Amino acid sequence: MTDSTQTLERLATSDYKYGFVTDIEQDTVPPGLDEAVIRLISAKKQEPDWLLEWRLVAFRHWLTQQEPQWAHVHYPKIDYQALSYYSAPKKKTDGPKSLDEIDPELRRTYEKLGIPLAEQAILAGVAVDAVFDSVSVATSYKGKLAELGIVFCSFSEAVREHPELVRQYLGSVVPYRDNYFATLNSAVFSDGSFVYIPPGVRCPMGLSTYFRINASNTGQFERTLIIAAEGASVSYLEGCTAPQRDENQLHAAVVELIALDNATIKYSTVQNWYPGDAEGKGGIYNFVTKRGLCKGRDSKISWTQVETGSAITWKYPSCILRGENSVGEFYSVALTRDYQQADTGTKMIHIGKNTRSTIVSKGISAGHGQNAYRGLVKILPTAENARNHSQCDSLLMGDQCGAHTFPYIDVQNPSAQVEHEASTSKISEDQLFYCQQRGISMEDAVSLIVNGFCKEVFKELPMEFAVEAQKLIELKLEGSVG
Amino acid sequence: MRAYIVESRRESSIMLEIRNLHATVDGREILNGIDLIVRPGEVHAIMGPNGSGKSTLANVIAGREGYLVTEGAIHFDGKNLLDMAPETRACEGLFLAFQYPVEIPGVANLYFLKAAVNAVRKYRGEPPVDAMDFWDLVHERMELVKMDESMLKRSVNEGFSGGEKKRNEVFQMAVLQPRFAVLDETDSGLDIDALKVVADGVNALRSPERGFLVITHYQRLLDYIVPDHVHVLFNGRIVRSGGKELALELEEQGYALYNEEPGRARRAAA
Ligand SMILES: Nc1ncnc2c1ncn2[C@@H]1O[C@H](COP(=O)(O)OP(=O)(O)O)[C@@H](O)[C@H]1O
Ligand SMILES: [Mg+2]
Repeated sequence: MTDSTQTLERLATSDYKYGFVTDIEQDTVPPGLDEAVIRLISAKKQEPDWLLEWRLVAFRHWLTQQEPQWAHVHYPKIDYQALSYYSAPKKKTDGPKSLDEIDPELRRTYEKLGIPLAEQAILAGVAVDAVFDSVSVATSYKGKLAELGIVFCSFSEAVREHPELVRQYLGSVVPYRDNYFATLNSAVFSDGSFVYIPPGVRCPMGLSTYFRINASNTGQFERTLIIAAEGASVSYLEGCTAPQRDENQLHAAVVELIALDNATIKYSTVQNWYPGDAEGKGGIYNFVTKRGLCKGRDSKISWTQVETGSAITWKYPSCILRGENSVGEFYSVALTRDYQQADTGTKMIHIGKNTRSTIVSKGISAGHGQNAYRGLVKILPTAENARNHSQCDSLLMGDQCGAHTFPYIDVQNPSAQVEHEASTSKISEDQLFYCQQRGISMEDAVSLIVNGFCKEVFKELPMEFAVEAQKLIELKLEGSVG
Repeated sequence: MRAYIVESRRESSIMLEIRNLHATVDGREILNGIDLIVRPGEVHAIMGPNGSGKSTLANVIAGREGYLVTEGAIHFDGKNLLDMAPETRACEGLFLAFQYPVEIPGVANLYFLKAAVNAVRKYRGEPPVDAMDFWDLVHERMELVKMDESMLKRSVNEGFSGGEKKRNEVFQMAVLQPRFAVLDETDSGLDIDALKVVADGVNALRSPERGFLVITHYQRLLDYIVPDHVHVLFNGRIVRSGGKELALELEEQGYALYNEEPGRARRAAA
């Protein structure tokens, strides 16, 4: 093995700086899952009967299902009875009325994570909804948004304040029967974010959710629902971290997006859940269902994700392009190192005429990391003149890692144009030497080249996220920082 | 007076000193006993047929992995160059204009150059370059090598024509302002206008403090970059050294002399 291969492998191991545990009193339901637990969760959240019923139907369906085995990932069997399905920071009073009332310990956690709450949020122009374990603890900048008729709140609050919207759209894109983990989520989801942008309104700031799993042996099952009405547009950012724990933690979220006529939704994720240690112990199982429906004509949904964390990522943010001329986009960077595994990609389902989709996937594997791209482009008979362009590039660092590409293409209309390009490359010694000859250290050369590889995706991220994503990738590759 | 003394000491000092350099690539000896001394302000040309070891010499000087020095030494400003990592050599002021510059997709030329400038500054204990100063320098140097501004935004060497790549090397050199530069066949494949641009770039940087090692296969470049010394490299060894007229002689006789009868060439060098 050459020197630079060794350096690449050394660079590919670094510490997780978000691995702290917050010492806070938690209201946690004992481990186990049955109808009683679901009733308990629903009761704790004072939900209406229809929602409890929806959960129970999902649960009964889940009992008849088998965990999927098709993904290119390997992990020991999950004992669903050993997990706790609800954990919330104990409230001193009835719950925070304003940002100042939030538990200081919790505030410190968010400060450590660098989340802009309160004043910081206003300065940064980002409104934040933070989900800590199972409940949403703060939604900043609400008043300003309310003036425009924008609803941005926790899912629980949406159920109370806007039941008609929730009832209309919940499960309309990801039905409870969709897949094993989505079904489980439908039964036990605890909280999440809700966004409604009224007709003609362009949301003046990025909306952001920060997810954090704190309690041990807890699954996190949040549910996000975003609706952009006719002519509306919104950019939504999602970030995630978790403490460092030896046991694996399950995260099975569901995200549903609905774009009506001429509406645009841009959904960006920087996922940095705890990946497990260098030997592959611990880490988050990130089994997430994300799907957007371009319901109206000329609507657009764009997913951008930077996946650097989790022991296992299993996630396919997808677009159903039903409206005429609607557009779906998927831009992804997935980095795996040590023993991380990622099976990620997208589905673009073309139904309407003149629908267009773009897929750009960048996989980086280092150490023993395994990275799979799995994508489906489906052109239905109704999708006259549909177009898709897919590009999947893999970058391998070292000789123990792997990259796999599984593109599925199903064209049922002859007028369709579907293009797929794929490449696998390594950082070449020529490139490293070229950088070094200009004075750039090997470590900096690696991040420079990797960032270059990710450029097409990073440029899709909102500015502040792009900087964060770039730093995160550098951190992941550079060895411990701080 | 004092300034004069310092200056005269610098004149006579040695910048690059190569002694009895032997180097192997993949276990095969490519360089077998090179001696070369470059003083500040001098331009040395290295000429020689294909495969004679010119690029190998450049790579050994720059510290490329896989080029093993089995005997001999290289000193730069009195420091042992062979002990230094490639990036340290660069930060010490050594620059190599590559014969085949590599592409770095997604990394903008300007961004790359700034990273390089700042790496050198950091090594010297200086703060990162001021954005405006950098911009001014870049623009000034861009004019020098007649480079289009659009090339700054393009990825490093990606999709560049052969000539653009060479021009970009000279541009980088002009921005980084190294104290010692090795140009490895920067003239190959250039038309006469591009060749002049490359020569202008080098000539603009010529100064009493700087040294150059200009590797070329053809005499043509040396009409524009007039060297102080010319060396002929053959079979991994300098077989002849002389003034700029040696280049003209080679132009007339070609390398055939060396190709056919290396023995005679060695005698000629003696
Ligand atoms: N990386 C390498 N691996 C194997 N052989 C090499 C390598 N680089 C150069 N050589 C060999 O070394 C000799 C000199 O090559 P080089 O220094 O490139 O010559 P020049 O630049 O004068 O044309 C040639 O025989 C070439 O095949
Ligand atoms: Mg050569």
